[in-house]
Amino acid sequence: MKLIKGYPESMRESIEKVEKTREKRLKEKYNQMSLEERDDVLNKFHPDYKPEVKRTLSAGPSKGEIVPSEVADLIESYPLISEKDIDISNIDYDVDLLIIGGGGAGTMAGIWAAYEGIDPDDILMTTKLRHGDSNSIMAQGGIQAADKANDAPEIHYLDVIGGGHFANDPELVEALVSDGPAIIKWFEGKGVMFDKQKDGTMITIHGGGTSRKRMHSAKDYTGMELLRVIRDEFINLSIPAVEFSPAIELLMDDKGQVAGAVLFNIETHQYYVVRAKATVMATGGFGRLHIQGFPTTNHYGATADGLAMAYRCGARLRDMDSVQYHPTGAAFPEQIVGLLITEKVRGLGAQPLDKNGEMFVHPLEPRDVESAAFIKECYGTGGGVETPTGMQGVWLDSPMIDMIKGEGVTERELSAMYRMFKRFDINMVEDPILVFPTLHYQNGGVVIDANGATEIKGLFAGGEVTGGVHGKNRLMGNSLLDYSVFGKRAGISAARYAKKASIGKLTLSHVTKYSEQLRKAGAPESRKSPMILPEYRGKNVLSRAIDIF
Amino acid sequence: MGKEYRIPSGLTLMKAMEYAGYRYTRGAGCRAGFCGACATIYRLKDDYKLKSALACQTTVDDGMYLVQLPFTPANKKKYDMENLNIAHNALLKEYPEIARCISCNSCTKVCPQELKVMDYVQASLRGDIEKAADLSFDCVQCGLCAFRCPAEITQYHVGQLARRLNGKFVTPKALHTEEAVVKLNSGVSKQEISKLKVLKLDEIKELYKKRSIE
Ligand SMILES: Cc1cc2nc3c(=O)[nH]c(=O)nc-3n(C[C@H](O)[C@H](O)[C@H](O)COP(=O)(O)OP(=O)(O)OC[C@H]3O[C@@H](n4cnc5c(N)ncnc54)[C@H](O)[C@@H]3O)c2cc1C
Ligand code: SF4
Ligand code: SF4
Ligand code: FES
Repeated sequence: MKLIKGYPESMRESIEKVEKTREKRLKEKYNQMSLEERDDVLNKFHPDYKPEVKRTLSAGPSKGEIVPSEVADLIESYPLISEKDIDISNIDYDVDLLIIGGGGAGTMAGIWAAYEGIDPDDILMTTKLRHGDSNSIMAQGGIQAADKANDAPEIHYLDVIGGGHFANDPELVEALVSDGPAIIKWFEGKGVMFDKQKDGTMITIHGGGTSRKRMHSAKDYTGMELLRVIRDEFINLSIPAVEFSPAIELLMDDKGQVAGAVLFNIETHQYYVVRAKATVMATGGFGRLHIQGFPTTNHYGATADGLAMAYRCGARLRDMDSVQYHPTGAAFPEQIVGLLITEKVRGLGAQPLDKNGEMFVHPLEPRDVESAAFIKECYGTGGGVETPTGMQGVWLDSPMIDMIKGEGVTERELSAMYRMFKRFDINMVEDPILVFPTLHYQNGGVVIDANGATEIKGLFAGGEVTGGVHGKNRLMGNSLLDYSVFGKRAGISAARYAKKASIGKLTLSHVTKYSEQLRKAGAPESRKSPMILPEYRGKNVLSRAIDIF
Repeated sequence: MGKEYRIPSGLTLMKAMEYAGYRYTRGAGCRAGFCGACATIYRLKDDYKLKSALACQTTVDDGMYLVQLPFTPANKKKYDMENLNIAHNALLKEYPEIARCISCNSCTKVCPQELKVMDYVQASLRGDIEKAADLSFDCVQCGLCAFRCPAEITQYHVGQLARRLNGKFVTPKALHTEEAVVKLNSGVSKQEISKLKVLKLDEIKELYKKRSIE
């Protein structure tokens, strides 16, 4: 296939149309939808509004709740280990605080537990891959916080609740928005290089569904910049972390408290027993479950292990029926399909267009509405652009950014995006880029209170593994704030709890009990969880693989 | 990898490895060019040059002979940010080995992010924190530069410290953030939010619809 500056001829024809309408579009204003119009497009076109792709849970504390089938399969799965396989009397690590997950929430929890007076030597972080390999490091667009003169936490509150379809837990939203400004100040004090004007004023922009410009960023490497800094801080505090050792089951004690976990070294296949007075679950989300077969923006280890483990201890889940698809995943070239095109591209002025170069939706509707509008365009009204592999997508007119904001802005403020396309010979300053919705975020999760405590004693949680903060839909920039606020709060609460707690006799009997419930409910024995890593090896190879040593 | 594989063209190195049957336990993180876990070096047939790439961001080529590097061991200095002195080159004090740089430019050549690594090491040496921070900003901390450096400098740790110093001490503070924190402590927002929290669904929907967008 012949490519002209990254695009095949068939797509070039459509790009010419985009160029022709640009002048006109630069001047026009496009209205947002009313709540009724939003509902209509969501009901007809959002992947999440199809009842046949979900089912009710048949066992456990959230029995009867509706969740995507892929999540139900994971939750209604038998443990990887049983009581007889593991010698829990032989303890490898005995600590006050165990943190499971080395992304943003876990790292914040460790730092704040140390500030709260727990000796770093009595903390252990365990993580599946390296410390930092997580969704947190991939975040591009920014972090919200109401810290400008025309803004206030109560205004932020309203945006969060409306964006979440009024299903959010008000206490959690209050905590989220109220801690925002202090979190930004704290990050600044730790040396985060936010985008600023010369006098120090933060450069802030809109995200989908925001009523004020409150998105703070560090180019389009916001997540990376935040995580690099807090990881550096975490290491400076000398908090121990074991990498490549995911937790595969939580431990409880005979008093019904969570009391640590069993870890698995993914290279030596050895297990370790951790006894802990308090445990923070910070394992992030579920993108790699590929709900409804969608590609995903998530990191390699995002397989919802924490949900499965916490559920077996009796933790309830909420809002798991709702899944976030990001409207702008890359749809071309094939090699990067599904990877994120940050919302900041639209925030800076790029418009979504059909194959004729016409705008069909406001660029900054809430994510679910924007996604549904894209899918409608591609599969409802036939306005999509077809790629050589038969995929459909819509244009995102990225050259508008430099036209509106000034030459060089794309390269400077979207250097990650610019670099990603440049690697495939596409220059997003000259040509538009093709996008289609991609699986992005787990809106729901484990129930927590405003202090990051779950309903199970000894178990705390923060970040994407939890539910309630974002209701049925999260707005851009609220999740970096979420992990910061609730990672911190969970770390502090867990530290306070650990100072007073005493652990009884360790047990895995909760796992045995849950397995019995599953058997009664008729769940097939072949299902196992947590998944730990998704399987991407070639089918040909797997069909001839044997396990002999 | 020491074996020959036939792979459909257009796959990234990472996907090609998986197609060939390798399951990643190391060497893969974000799968999107943000974490630096997948540092790879390779040679092409009949080319003496040693090249480098991120496996998740580079497509396979005919005759590519490659190996993925585990993360390069590197010592990170531990410091207390509050007590660093930028007037007396804190970078040089924490990482004195930057003075050993022989300007061979190997680090710049190997960087898969195409950063001017040598230049930020040199800026660090001069105590030009802002420049070092700026030039190293897009570093994904893959460790390739440290792997190649004959002077045994761990460039990406130096860059990390430069950026933190820059963010904390060099760039002016955001006054409006400071003010917002003070205002929050006055409790006005708490009262306003308490009112919102008790509203009925219809009432809050109405408020949401009517909110002004600035
Ligand atoms: C591409 C992308 C872009 C994004 N952009 C933005 C943005 O601009 N703004 C915004 O606010 N949000 C954004 N988000 C969302 C946001 O980044 C995440 O929701 C948030 O960072 C989640 O933080 P976390 O700490 O809960 O989870 P993560 O950061 O994902 O961390 C989870 C950690 O747990 C580890 N883990 C998983 N299972 C186990 C186990 N069994 N044992 C031990 N460890 C385990 C993982 O390896 C990982 O280290 C983005 C997300 C993605 C994927
Ligand atoms: S500067 Fe070094 S560690 Fe950073 S991306 Fe370049 S080669 Fe990798
Ligand atoms: S590789 Fe090392 S010695 Fe060579 S230029 Fe870079 S920092 Fe200097
Ligand atoms: S896997 Fe993260 S950069 Fe390649």
